[in-house]
Amino acid sequence: MEMEKKKALDDLRKRFSGKIKETFLKFGDEIVIIERDSLLDVVKFLMKEPYSFTMLLDLTCVDHIGQENRFQMVYHLFSLSNNHRLRIKLSLPEKDPVVDSLTSFFKNANWLEREVYDMFGIQFNRHPDLRRLFMYEGFEGYPLRKDYPLRKRQPRIRLRK
Amino acid sequence: MPGKRALSNGNAKSAKEFDMEGGFITTKFNHILGWARKFSLFHYPFVTACCGMEYMSAACAHFDIDRFGAGWTRFSPRQSDMLLVVGTITQKLAPVLRTVYNQMTEPKWVVAFGTCAVSGGIYDNYAVVQGIDRIIPVDIYIPGCPPRPETVLDGLVKLQEKIQNQEQEWRWKRKKP
Repeated sequence: MEMEKKKALDDLRKRFSGKIKETFLKFGDEIVIIERDSLLDVVKFLMKEPYSFTMLLDLTCVDHIGQENRFQMVYHLFSLSNNHRLRIKLSLPEKDPVVDSLTSFFKNANWLEREVYDMFGIQFNRHPDLRRLFMYEGFEGYPLRKDYPLRKRQPRIRLRK
Repeated sequence: MPGKRALSNGNAKSAKEFDMEGGFITTKFNHILGWARKFSLFHYPFVTACCGMEYMSAACAHFDIDRFGAGWTRFSPRQSDMLLVVGTITQKLAPVLRTVYNQMTEPKWVVAFGTCAVSGGIYDNYAVVQGIDRIIPVDIYIPGCPPRPETVLDGLVKLQEKIQNQEQEWRWKRKKP
C-alpha cells in the first residue's frame, strides 16, 4: 500500500515536471502543490486508472493575508477503488484570484465553488452558475477573508434597535 | 374545588363561595378572556437549529406541553397564537421571520427559545441576528443552549401568567379615549 501511495506522487512529478512545485507526505497524507494553470490537467490525469480519484471530497480556500500569493485553494480527492486520498494545493495572487472550475469533472464542485466564491471571492473560470451560495443578494464583501471587518453587519431588513 | 382551580386569580374566592346553590360564578370579562387564552395556546414552531430537538422533547409525551394547554401545533401562522422561535436566526432569514410574525392574527405572543434566539448566542458574527427582538417584539425569553425541557415549561407557565394578567383585546371592546 505504501508503494502505491508513493506511486501517484512520483507519477505526477514525472508527468508534469514543470508544473509540480512540491510533493510531500504530512501526517500520512499525500500533498501535491501545483501551478494553478495545470489544475485541470492534473485532475484529469488523476481521475484515470490506475489512480481513479473519482470523488471530490471537498474543495476549500485558505486566506494567507499579507503574503504575495494570498489565497490557497485546497482540493481533497478520494479514490473509491484504491481507498486512497490525495490533496492538491495551489496558490492564487490577491490581485487576480482566478482558477479553473472543476464542474466539468465533478458535479459537486458546483456548489463547493459557489461557497468559496461567496466566502473568499475567488473567481472560477467556466463555472456554469457562479452566484453566492450562503449570503444573500446585496451582501457586500467576502466574510471569510481575514480583512473583512469583524463587527461589520449587513442586515437585510431594518432592525428595531 | 374544581371551580377554584380553574379560575385561580389574585383575589381567589374560597371553595365555599363557589359552592353556591345557583352554581354560577362572577368574574371580570378581561380575566376570563385571559384564562381562556392562556390555556389554548396554538403554537407555530419556527425551528431552525438544534434547539428543535429540545422543542420536540418538550412538546412530545415525556414533558408534554399539552398539559399546559399548548398542545396544538399549527403549521400556519394564521391559525396560531404563540410563535416559538427555536434556534439561530440569520440575517438571511430575518425577513422570513418578520413575515411569519406579521401573518399571525391577534392576539399573539412570541417566545425566544434558546440562547441564539435570545441574543445570538455564540454566533457574534456577520451572519447571525443578535437576538430576535431586533426583528419582532418578544414576550418570553427562554435561556439555555439548548434549554432543558423544564426551563421551557417554566417559560410557558410564565407566559401564561403574563397572558392572564395583561390587558386583553377583543373586537367589541370599548376603546378608551
